[in-house]
Parts: sequence; C-alpha cells; structure tokens
Amino acid sequence: MSRVGKEVWTLAEVRGGKIHTVSLELLAWGRELADKLDAPLASIVLGSDIKSCAGDLISYGADKVYVIDNSKFENFHSDIVVNSLEKLIDKYMPSILIASATTRGRTIMPLLSARLGCGLTADCTEMSIDPNTKELIQTRPAIGGNVMADIKTIGRHPQMCTVRPKSKRPLAKNEKHEGVVIEESVPQDALDSLLTYIGFEAEGSVGLPLQEAELIVAGGKGMKTGKNFARLNELAELLEGSVGASRAAVDLGWAPYSAQIGLSGKAVTPRMYLAFGISGAVQHIAGTSGSETIIAINSDPEAPIFRVADLSIQGDAMEVLEALIERIKSRKNR
Amino acid sequence: MRIAVLVKQVPSVETVKIDENTGTMIRDGVESELNPLDLHAIEAAVRIKESRGKHPTEIVAITMGPPQAKKTATYAIAMGCDRGVLLTDRRFGGADTLATARTLAKFLEKEGPFDLFFAGERATDGETGQVGPAVAELLKLPVFTYVSAIEKLTTDSIRVVRAVEGGHETLEAPLPSFVIPIKEINIPRLCTLDGKIKAKQSEIPTVTADVLDLSEDEMGLKGSPTRVVKITYPKVTRQGKKIKTSDCFEDALTAILEKLEDRNFLEAAR
Repeated sequence: MSRVGKEVWTLAEVRGGKIHTVSLELLAWGRELADKLDAPLASIVLGSDIKSCAGDLISYGADKVYVIDNSKFENFHSDIVVNSLEKLIDKYMPSILIASATTRGRTIMPLLSARLGCGLTADCTEMSIDPNTKELIQTRPAIGGNVMADIKTIGRHPQMCTVRPKSKRPLAKNEKHEGVVIEESVPQDALDSLLTYIGFEAEGSVGLPLQEAELIVAGGKGMKTGKNFARLNELAELLEGSVGASRAAVDLGWAPYSAQIGLSGKAVTPRMYLAFGISGAVQHIAGTSGSETIIAINSDPEAPIFRVADLSIQGDAMEVLEALIERIKSRKNR
Repeated sequence: MRIAVLVKQVPSVETVKIDENTGTMIRDGVESELNPLDLHAIEAAVRIKESRGKHPTEIVAITMGPPQAKKTATYAIAMGCDRGVLLTDRRFGGADTLATARTLAKFLEKEGPFDLFFAGERATDGETGQVGPAVAELLKLPVFTYVSAIEKLTTDSIRVVRAVEGGHETLEAPLPSFVIPIKEINIPRLCTLDGKIKAKQSEIPTVTADVLDLSEDEMGLKGSPTRVVKITYPKVTRQGKKIKTSDCFEDALTAILEKLEDRNFLEAAR
C-alpha cells in the first residue's frame, strides 16, 4: 500500500454489549506508541447499540474513536468484522493496528492480515518504536518463552500484531482527556455473513479466563487425587483468582483441558502464580515464565519449577494448601 | 466428500532440553513429531469419514517443510487419512505465517475442490495460530476457530461449537468451510498396525515451487512481510528463597502469606 497515514489504532473488544477491559489495556499500549510517534491514537469500536460507551475510550487515552454501530455486530461474525475493518483501513490508512490476543483478536487479525497482504505478529508481550526508523518493534516470546524475538513489519502498512491480555495496565481514567467520536458506516454488502449465529452458553468455571487472570492457583500430579482439585478452587475463590493445571493433571482427568497451562495448553502471564505439586516440565515452565511472581510448592527437592520460583516451598502440596486456606479464611473472619 | 487436513512437523516437546546458560531449546538431537494439536484435526476428519460409511470420502493430509517432514504425512495416513502430500522447496524457506499460508492456499486451490478443511489450533514450536485462518481467508472460506465440537454435518453445511472466553458459542456455515479445532474436540486415536502398514506402503508425492503458480516475492523469506530483527534471552532462573516444611511448617506458610500480602492479593480475602 502506498498511502500511509499516521494514526495508531487499537481494536476495541465488545462483549455482552460492553467494552471489555482488554480494550483499555490496548489503549495504554497505543498511547505509549502514539506519543513516541507524535501521532493520534484511535480506537475502533464495532458493536450493536454501543455508541454511548464509545466515549469512555477517550477517558482511557484515545484521541479518536471510530464507531460502527450496527445490529449486525451483536454477535461475533468474523467475516463481517474483517470486511468492515478493511473498509476503515482503506479509508484512513493507519500506521499501526493492534488487537488483543483473545479468541476474537486471534481470529480477526490473521484473516485481516491475509486479506490486506500485511504481516502479523502473534501474542506480543511488549512493543516499542525504533527511535531511528520509527518502525514498530513487536516483541514476542519464542521457543516457549525462553527467547524473546523482536519483529518488524517490512514495507507494509498497517504494522499489525496481537497483544497478550494483561501485558499492561489500563491508564487511570481521565475525564479531561479530549477526543472525538466519529461515526462510520460500511456498505450493506460488507455486512453480509456466511456464518449463522445459533447461540451462546455461558460456562460456570471459577474466575476469569486463565489468560486474563491476575492470580492463578495451579495444580499438578502432587495434588494426588482429582478430588483435591476442589480445594484449589476454594483457594482461588478466596484470592479472587483462577484455577490452572499441568498437562499431567489434565491427562489424568483431574482438570479440564481449558485449564491446561504450558506449551500445549495456554501461556499465562499473571501477577501471581501458585504452583501446587507441579514439578515444572520445560513445556509447563515455558507457559508460565511471564508470571511476575511464582510460588512453588513441591515435595521433590529437585523439582525444576524451584529454579524459576521466587519462593520455593519443599513439602507436601496438599498439606500446605489446606493450611493456607485455613489461614486465609481466619484472616477473613478477623 | 473431500477433506483437506493441514499438518506440521515440530520438534518433539517431550524430548526438548533447555540450555541452562542461554535458556534456549537445544534443538540438536531433538526428535521431530507431528504437531500434537494437529492430531485433533486429523482425528476430527477421520471420524467424519467413518461416520459417512459407504459414502465416498477422501482425506488428504498436506504438510510443508524440509524433506524429512514427509514422516508427518505418513503418520497422518497411519491415523486414517487416504493420501499425503509434502510441499518442499528451498525457496519456501524462511516463510512467515503469511508466506506459508499463501503457499498452502495455492496448493489447495490446485488440488481442490475440497468440501472441508482442517488445521490444528497452532504449532507447538511457532505458537502463532495464524496460518490456518490466513489460508481460509486466502481461499475466501468461512472459518471457525477454537472449535470444541462439530454438532452437525450435512453435504452442504456444518454446525460447530466454539470455545471462547466465558463460554461456548454455536455457529453454522455452508460448505466448503474451514475448521480449526482445539484439544477439547476429541481424543486422537493411536495408529493401528493396519494403518501403519498402509502408511508405509503409501507414496508421499512432493510438490515444489515450480508446480505452484507463485512468484519469488510471494513465498519464502522474500514473500514474508515480517522479520525477526533481534533475539534476546531473558533470564529464566530466579534466585528464589527456599524453605522446607520439614524444617518449620509455620515459616513456609508465613512466607507464602507475606508474598501474597506484599502483592495485594490478601485484600480480596478480607
């Protein structure tokens, strides 16, 4: 593409009629990049009956909000979203477009990158601007988190990447930050989908999805039985965290696959990771190395997880878990 | 019905070792295997073939990589695919997700038509999950990512369940469609002896860039809009404190509580 605009764009995510927090995290990233480029920061909102919320994004750092308010966006149809983004990009030519690495972002962005013939970097944990060339440097963990790769998009715009949720905190809300909401529309044919939405069923699992959790309580083989996993749920509830599991525990049927952490499961980046009875196979450690603080409890003094832990407790996982729950409960009742 | 399954060869995660000094994967002497998440895509395709009984169904497993990646297609046949194809050429080397997707899409166009396409959620080495959706887009197909179940399949439509944040959603699309399953969808079978024998006897044809109508700047490193410009090695080892519960259980417990308190996680428990 020959024309290149200046704007930095973030793709807001609308879930259940509301703008999701991951969109505010993206704005914090976007603000940093836009300031370094001395460029406007814009957020894109595609939703149904969403106009009233769009202005909120301004208080979190956006200079502009492009909104397409259409009932067609009530449910997620990947093709309609891609069609609409293509039209907007063609009109405004942003220099950078970032989206959250959620199931939606990770679906939309590869489709869009193939449509536009642009590059795309997955799951960035950091982004910066090359001070000399002003190009976007997209940093992502590679080889299972043991290597960080800096990636650039060569000769294509927008420079696109998905960004791990929780890799940055939203900016503090600032009602004084000024910006404009710009209503956009796309031609009717862009809103025709090949997909038919049938329905949604909410899941009753404990806490937030793992990739968004600030605190994760995870269990492995050292939990001894599947039944003991209920105790992990209890601790997670007390600490308002989520429950994860090692591959071994999932293979034993103690936890669902959706809870699996590691190379063949989910990579997580919580502020606090508590590993109960997880020895820490390479592929597990790879999926947790982005955690801010790691506390590991394991009976094996040679457990590899101790090498990456900030606090290592050598002892019986269940014994420690039970005692911890009791202690936190008694604090609560104090 | 014709089904295409995209598979990839990856370094075996079970045998991977980490260099203690640099924190990198030691790739020398590491065995390769079929990407574990692709097994679920193959299994889904084979189950469809089985459910169709006498109605003819052909499953083609397609892989791209160095000559030894042929093994991957052979394994797919052992699991129940009918044929395998390897796209291999030095000119494909260094391809990023877009250039890879272009190469695969070109081949699928030539080899088609297919009614259904499958790819694994992501490869355990690159971990991008971008190639599947990109191929679907280049072929202008409806795509379902994060599929946890196939609810209904007819000769002209498919209904699937997607696992998304906070729940499951159900969607439908006409065929041809592109389906990207997750681990939850099934438990892949082990190869039978019959399957292994059949696989061993199967020829895996190779396809080079010449056969595909792609220009030099559409494939390989040259056709890749992204570039790795720098590699850094974050320190993996943390010099953490170690306490044995057998020395003093109370100390261990206090240390955990202090860390939680320190990071403001005990606020929630008040």
